[in-house]
Amino acid sequence: MDFDKIEKTARYKRRALNTLIYVFLGIWALIVLFPFYWMVLTSLKSYGSYNAEWIPKLFTLDLTLENYFSAFTAVPLAKYFLNTVIFTLGTTALMLAVTVLAAFAFSRLEFRGKNLAFTLFLSLMMIPGELVVITNYVTATNLELRNTFTGLILPSVASVFYIYLLKENFSQIPDELYYAAKVDGTGDLKYLFKVMIPICKPTIITVTILKVIECWNSYVWPRLVTDEQAYFLVSNGIQEIRENGFGRDNIPAMMAAVVVISVPLIILFLIFRRRIMAGVARGGMKG
Amino acid sequence: MKNNNLKGWLYLLPAILFLGAFLVYPLIDVLIYSFEESFNFASQSSTGIGGFNYSYVLHDPYFLKALRNTFILVAVTVPLSTMIALFISVALSSVKKLRELFQTVYFLPYVTNTLAVGLVFMILFKQTPYSDGLINVILGVFGMSPVDFIGGPYWAKMLVLCVYTVWIVMPFKILILTGSLASVDNTYYNAAKVDGTSRFRVFRRITLPMISPTLFYLIITGFIGAFKAYSDAVALFGTQLNAAEMNTIVGYIYDMLYGSSGGYPSYASAAAIILFCIVLTITCINLLVSKKHVHYS
Repeated sequence: MDFDKIEKTARYKRRALNTLIYVFLGIWALIVLFPFYWMVLTSLKSYGSYNAEWIPKLFTLDLTLENYFSAFTAVPLAKYFLNTVIFTLGTTALMLAVTVLAAFAFSRLEFRGKNLAFTLFLSLMMIPGELVVITNYVTATNLELRNTFTGLILPSVASVFYIYLLKENFSQIPDELYYAAKVDGTGDLKYLFKVMIPICKPTIITVTILKVIECWNSYVWPRLVTDEQAYFLVSNGIQEIRENGFGRDNIPAMMAAVVVISVPLIILFLIFRRRIMAGVARGGMKG
Repeated sequence: MKNNNLKGWLYLLPAILFLGAFLVYPLIDVLIYSFEESFNFASQSSTGIGGFNYSYVLHDPYFLKALRNTFILVAVTVPLSTMIALFISVALSSVKKLRELFQTVYFLPYVTNTLAVGLVFMILFKQTPYSDGLINVILGVFGMSPVDFIGGPYWAKMLVLCVYTVWIVMPFKILILTGSLASVDNTYYNAAKVDGTSRFRVFRRITLPMISPTLFYLIITGFIGAFKAYSDAVALFGTQLNAAEMNTIVGYIYDMLYGSSGGYPSYASAAAIILFCIVLTITCINLLVSKKHVHYS
């Protein structure tokens, strides 16, 4: 009889604790999601009704799409968007080529000085970007690469971490495969493209997505190297819009631009959720 | 074999070119810049070698203000975010239902554009002639008088910056901590269960020591990241950070380099080297402290 009672209180306690945990998790989820909800909601309010709300309404059915029209017409948002796509594609494609070749050399080829070179490469990971950006800015200015895509893309290409990540993956492919291909007379490049890349596709996709996210959000270098609106990326674009875009108080239009900028990455994230999270867990860092 | 040597380096060549031009050379160059006195951008010449740039930067009131802001930001956000992340991760690991959903939601800020979402935070906190802003309305319910968090008193601006920074760094910390919690061997917990150990004691005696290397890794990367804070501040207060009194060390470096106050790569270099030394020192202190407290199995 006492035993029943004890079990009952234990169960009751466990349930109470569980509820508490879910409430806590729910509150944090709310804190994370609320800014997103707020930006979508605000972007759908009309200019007049937004400014008429002394106490902002948490929910309204009086919605309009006019802000999205003005986001694309009043400011060159489409241009910023296109620039970012060009920048992202160019940087990512170059990064992949450089990374795959280097990872192949480190994982498969034997040559003098390989270990020393790899150690030096790894030590480069410790160099903070803030240090090198100064000289890069001077270099870009001297070579007259300011306000060009070349100037935007080239310094953003190399990434030691991705070389390391891919090298680790390449190294897991058994040597026998390589020797078999050699016996068949397959060249190194052909082996790389026909065997290694297909096998390591998951890692390559992960690296690609991480780089795309990095490019899409990059702000510091694009800001330094571009001062003509025609070459602004979305990050600089949103800053420009904020400072002298729609007129300072047209917040709904501003939020529409923010939604447009944020949506591509959120879609990408929802599609490749597991890959992105696994990739970041393996050593990705913000910035 | 000789042929192979050449081939290996040939495959490495693109990487070496890119890294050399944009990472190694700048690193050496920035050191040189920082010691060249009164460097002239137009003529690319300097009057001599010495420590003047450093002394200028260290006596610049804007730099000191940026230094102070950065230290406050680091001191507030690193412990706070690590602690909240630990709570959330432990809570997340103790439930099964909806766990994936929560994990996905919590990771969302990581993939968003810092500047774009920063604008949302700005309008939530900002007081305008038309509205006090949502946060002020909520605080009003608790009887607080409205404050302009974006253009108002220093403490209010610092508070928003800290809140936004915590919000932004949380996804990474939660992801890493939940991964680490999941990898703790279940036999330890089962043994504790047999002994009837209380939940709190299990956490203190088993979980915490087992995840201490991860926790420590997060603290180090947290320190490094917070010292480099910049775009969060720009997102909230705009590009004129000195005027907003909200500049950070990195912001100071870029202001010296570029924009209306720019054109001084020597000062920027000196400030960057100072930042690097601060981060290095803090990381070394962290490593020394960790030797005592972190349990590596």
